[in-house]
Amino acid sequence: MGETYPFTIEQFYRFVGEGKLMGAKCGRCGGIFVPPRPLCPKCQSRDLGWVQLKNRGKLLTYTVIHVAPEEFQQMTPYALGIIELEDGVRLPGIIRGVKHEDLRVGMTLEVDFDTANIPSKWPQWPRYFFRPTQTI
Amino acid sequence: MRGKPLAAIVSAGLSKFGRRDGFSGRELFAEAALEAFERCPNLDPKKDIGALIIGNMSESFEHQCHSAPIMSDWAGLLPKPAVRVEVACASSGAAIRYGIFAILSGLYDTVMVGGFEKMTHRTTFEATEYLAMASDFPLEQWNGATFPGLFALMATAHMHEYGTTEEQMALVAVKNHHNGALNPKAHLQREVTVEQVLGSRVIAKPLKLFDCSLISDGASCAILTRPEIARKYTDTPVYIIGSGHGTDAIGLYERDSLTSLESIRRAAKEAYEMAALGPEDIDVAEVHDCFTIAEIIAYEDLGFCKPGEGGKFIESGAPTLDGDLPVNTSGGLKAKGHPVGATGVAQLYEIYLQLTGQADRRQVDGCEVGLTQNLGGSGATCIVHIYRRG
Repeated sequence: MGETYPFTIEQFYRFVGEGKLMGAKCGRCGGIFVPPRPLCPKCQSRDLGWVQLKNRGKLLTYTVIHVAPEEFQQMTPYALGIIELEDGVRLPGIIRGVKHEDLRVGMTLEVDFDTANIPSKWPQWPRYFFRPTQTI
Repeated sequence: MRGKPLAAIVSAGLSKFGRRDGFSGRELFAEAALEAFERCPNLDPKKDIGALIIGNMSESFEHQCHSAPIMSDWAGLLPKPAVRVEVACASSGAAIRYGIFAILSGLYDTVMVGGFEKMTHRTTFEATEYLAMASDFPLEQWNGATFPGLFALMATAHMHEYGTTEEQMALVAVKNHHNGALNPKAHLQREVTVEQVLGSRVIAKPLKLFDCSLISDGASCAILTRPEIARKYTDTPVYIIGSGHGTDAIGLYERDSLTSLESIRRAAKEAYEMAALGPEDIDVAEVHDCFTIAEIIAYEDLGFCKPGEGGKFIESGAPTLDGDLPVNTSGGLKAKGHPVGATGVAQLYEIYLQLTGQADRRQVDGCEVGLTQNLGGSGATCIVHIYRRG
């Protein structure tokens, strides 16, 4: 049961490390929110449970970043987007595996995980990212 | 409270904005403070000013927290209480609001509000990183979001939803550079063309270098008093008659709209209602053009035009210096510069000049009512103030 895990950012990224996108679902208003937090931002309820999110969604908007902080600069240019997953949850993330000129608002993307490159100092979080769907 | 003065501005000061090699934030603040004191010879700063409220975004730039007592010291105001407020790029907009609260509380007759940021001694990478700290760390920064990147996400969405074009965004830069060329305190005092904007290098598609505001050094301040005593200090007070503050989720992705900022709408509604005025009553405005798309969205969310018509609004010429509603006569963040913590009070400074007829070659004839809109981060904070000539 989700109740055994705290509704924290740290736990969200532990799940990412297991290849799962997990959100908190409010038992009172039904809202799903990411990142999870100790009380529902809509109705303040503490009746929360974990729910696994759909790993597919539509691209709502995107950009291609050319100037970035040093940590990301060697990746430039890279695509960043906001997608709306099929369960309505929105997430920002880097989009890989697509030519930048082929990016379109409304295109279908799916979530994938990079659990190999974990930094040695805080925060020791893995990353999720988006890519074009592999199946039809 | 409706339509009544909340506080009076009896003086204001602004350092030269730009690349100020060899000057730290405190020295720039002293420069701004000195101008405000010189403008107001009837005021004895040490005796009359009760407290200092200062906006500053990031201690990373100068490796310096706890800056409020330093600013008080460098302005010669010790031992008056001083506090720093921080809501990213809206920090000194918030300082104005909390200065008003200090006066309305009855504790102080007169306070100084201000802001500063020293940025240009850092590399572009460092500045980009420090500024990005005003976005959500766990999901946005961790996934490579930058400030140009977040506003580029809004620009792409606005273009997709409303057909807004890169040329329309470029017109915002052209207008603001034109105004900045008339402002001796602006960071960049030169005109640009639509072709130059469109041809400048991409920072975060579709935003190019000339769609972005400047990394600048600068400081700003203003002296606020109870309205009833303003004429002790000046014959030309400017009254603050509306103050609004909107707050939203830190992450752009968490908000319902990607093309409109609810924090601007909430702040504007509160300020308009307090002032008993509407957007049609505004004669001159300074809005938060951290990126050209941000000015287009501000037109819409402040009610200067309908949702989605910000691109047409700039095309119509209405917000130019000769238009019906001149916007960013100072040159805006785009050309005057954007030392982030100084920006909110720097916007007030321009409106103060306009409403007291001191804006020189940028003067909007006969203006009575002004507005400032100061945004924090990608829009989790917005502060709006409305001003009336005394």
